[in-house]
Amino acid sequence: MLDSKIPEGHISKKWTDYKDHLKLVAPNNRPKIDVIVVGTGLAGASAAASLGEMGYNVKAFAFQDSPRRAHSIAAQGGINAAKNYQNDGDSIYRLFYDTIKGGDYRAREANVHRLAEVSGNIIDQCVAQGVPFARDYGGMLDNRSFGGTQVQRTFYAAGQTGQQLLLGAYSALSRQIGLGRVEMYNRHEMLDIVKVDGKARGIIARNLITGEIERHSAHAVIIASGGYGNVYFLSTNAMGSNVTAAWKIHKKGAYFANPCYVQIHPTCIPVHGTNQSKLTLMSESLRNSGRIWVPKKIEDAQAIRAGKLKPTQIAEEDRDYFLERRYPAFGNLVPRDVASRAAKERCDAGFGIEANDTNEGVYLDFSSEIISKGKQAAYAAGNHHPSDEEVIKLGKAWLEEKYGNLFQMYQQITDENPYETPMKIYPAVHYTMGGVWVDYNLQSTIPGCFVAGEANFSDHGANRLGASALMQGLADGYFVLPYTVSDYLANDIRTGKISTDLPEFVEAENAVKAQIDGFLNNNGTKSVDHFHKRLGNIMWNKVGMGRNEQGLKEAVAEIDALRAEFYKDVYVPGSANELNPELEKAIRVADFMELGQLMAMDALQRNESCGGHFREEYQDSEGETLRDDVNFNFVGAWEYGGSDINNEKLHKEVLNYEYIKIAARNYK
Amino acid sequence: MGSNKNININLKIWRQKDAKSKGQIETYKLDNVSTASSFLEMLDQLNEQLINERKEPVAFDHDCREGICGMCSLYINGQAHGPASKVTTCQLHMRSFKDGDTIYVEPWRSKAFPVIKDLIVDRSAFDRIQQAGGFVSVNTSGRTIDANATPVPKHDADRSFEAAACIGCGACVASCKNGSAMLFVGAKVSQYALLPQGKVEATQRVLNMVRQMDEEGFGNCTNTGACEVECPKGISLENIARMNREYLFASVK
Repeated sequence: MLDSKIPEGHISKKWTDYKDHLKLVAPNNRPKIDVIVVGTGLAGASAAASLGEMGYNVKAFAFQDSPRRAHSIAAQGGINAAKNYQNDGDSIYRLFYDTIKGGDYRAREANVHRLAEVSGNIIDQCVAQGVPFARDYGGMLDNRSFGGTQVQRTFYAAGQTGQQLLLGAYSALSRQIGLGRVEMYNRHEMLDIVKVDGKARGIIARNLITGEIERHSAHAVIIASGGYGNVYFLSTNAMGSNVTAAWKIHKKGAYFANPCYVQIHPTCIPVHGTNQSKLTLMSESLRNSGRIWVPKKIEDAQAIRAGKLKPTQIAEEDRDYFLERRYPAFGNLVPRDVASRAAKERCDAGFGIEANDTNEGVYLDFSSEIISKGKQAAYAAGNHHPSDEEVIKLGKAWLEEKYGNLFQMYQQITDENPYETPMKIYPAVHYTMGGVWVDYNLQSTIPGCFVAGEANFSDHGANRLGASALMQGLADGYFVLPYTVSDYLANDIRTGKISTDLPEFVEAENAVKAQIDGFLNNNGTKSVDHFHKRLGNIMWNKVGMGRNEQGLKEAVAEIDALRAEFYKDVYVPGSANELNPELEKAIRVADFMELGQLMAMDALQRNESCGGHFREEYQDSEGETLRDDVNFNFVGAWEYGGSDINNEKLHKEVLNYEYIKIAARNYK
Repeated sequence: MGSNKNININLKIWRQKDAKSKGQIETYKLDNVSTASSFLEMLDQLNEQLINERKEPVAFDHDCREGICGMCSLYINGQAHGPASKVTTCQLHMRSFKDGDTIYVEPWRSKAFPVIKDLIVDRSAFDRIQQAGGFVSVNTSGRTIDANATPVPKHDADRSFEAAACIGCGACVASCKNGSAMLFVGAKVSQYALLPQGKVEATQRVLNMVRQMDEEGFGNCTNTGACEVECPKGISLENIARMNREYLFASVK
């Protein structure tokens, strides 16, 4: 039975009351207790730093060469907080409500409310750490809007907010490393969790430089290893982002929740060719200033693709600003899933403007904003009769200050100047709402194994709103885990050091070594990437933006077959006792194969459309998602059933909405 | 993206088995490289070719591939992050090269960044400098003062942000004839020196970070300015000047 452990009481008091009654570990007992943190992104770094400060012995692990490289660093647009600095009626309740609604009523109320409650503390904490957020001329913090909201609650640092927040958490972590409170293991990858008497008591990790397999024990293990978007091969994730830590704990008893909830981000640079290794996001913040359109006339779209027409030659009345047309209340700032599907709908209908294999691309156009902001700037400088050239010059300067790094990045990749011609964009895999099932304490179904940040499933339902991932990562690490992990550890003050000589450690280590030897002795003929790309292809075509019963059934069977072929025919060069990137990839892709199959199964059982999960059979006459709140108002949590993924067992956590009235999501 | 074509190139790549072994340049020929590919996608293509020939692929550091994580490095034709300015290697595209070009690819060369394998170097010295003082000593509490309680002049906040935009890739060190880390350390010192939150510990911070920098074996700054030219994030030399001022004040306190 799944027990979410949601505390009693009114939603606005639950967390405060609950915290007040959690068990504590006295400062003199904390040095007797070891905690392992896997991953050093926002969630992992903030948790490791906070627990180190408290006095626990912390060991932190990152596969990169430094904790500062974790992929949180690539988040661009911002972080939400219910500060109401802009006096537009924001509040904790509104952030809570927007997040639940944005998630298409598939998130857990109590967790989301807690997230909104601590959102303001995050900003305070980060400013105190010296995070240089954008400020206005009065020296106050600036804000902007993100999708799915009608307030300005997003704090930012140009288009590099994730970088600045991660470097803030990294500085806090570095301080603890310097003080000897946290021991940092860079270039290490967790390859299994070790359970003793049913509890998480350590991990097996591979030193990626020497290849040595190491045993590390602890009284609790925190997994903050990020999302699994790379199951699609092409995504906005970093090349190394992987599901392995999360999947290994799943195989040892942690349920995996809502794997089919994947966020396809609407504004990414379209695919250019077969050797492409990743996709690049253009921040959602650009939708504050850019308008999304395709030609109204199909012949114009054809002419653009053939290179005979330029977008700047299409007259205003011949442009279809399809988001503004379909969703006048939110316009270009509808949530990501809605914007992505609308772009796909236009491209499927033949209006795509990109000259690639699929014609998939739409415009993101800044020309209106250049004029409007240019005029504002001229007026602010006392020039009430600016010439057109002056307006355009000032408008471009305004864009450069707000989004300079993004425009530069776009030009680098595409060789086109977005100040002069609209950006071309198309949806791409970006974030995974699904993840390891956790209760209110962020504890998985393995006692002592906690999961934080994108790696867990808990706060974003079926669709995450922009600028909420950074908020959740830091909320989990700074303001939730220090309390709930301590409560758990209060029972361990007399346990003493866990020995790594226990048979459980030996067994886990042997299994890891056997997997590695299996790959290296396989002597197949094809590279790991070959299989990863084929997996990605199946996932994108059949478990992507539009899904249907037949395609999902095919995907399950195809992945099953691909996995068998992978083990038979993959070739992994090199040896176990050296730096071996191909071996690292092989281990990760093995887990992606299993997860991919489960994602298809989860999408197949969910006979409704909600958020990022769009089943083509379940849509209304206008192409909007049709939820089924009677039969599918639950979190689908899967229990591992052995090497045949078809044997995974589905458990349901029913979602009770006590404080928000469940309704059809309407952004019109 | 309409002007893409395929080119054939010759690669001269540094290969080194591990930290203890001696390395050498190896030559590879790679055909049909799309000019729309990034430099690292070109290396992926080379590795795929090597794997198919049952040869060992080239090890190189990379992760985000969008110019922000700072994991990628590479000396390309004698320049850190290659010929384009203000970009990392992962953002460098093959349209910067011509059909028939020979491209030299080497790891960062600096005493403080020893080679681990092929093109991968050890930059953990940067982490240790940060651990010595690159932080504000504020514990997690959620009970600090309100974020807007202390106004920060926009000019200072902007300069602080520009310094904080450093990605810690190490191009500054690799480009410096002295192997100096002054641009990296200066940027971190400046980020905090420009903000009221950083002022309290300013003295200790600069002394500790500079001490650690010296212990790691980085060279001195002789104002050549190569670091600023090669920095993919455009970190300004002003940050070194600011660090020197901070250091001077701290030393006489």
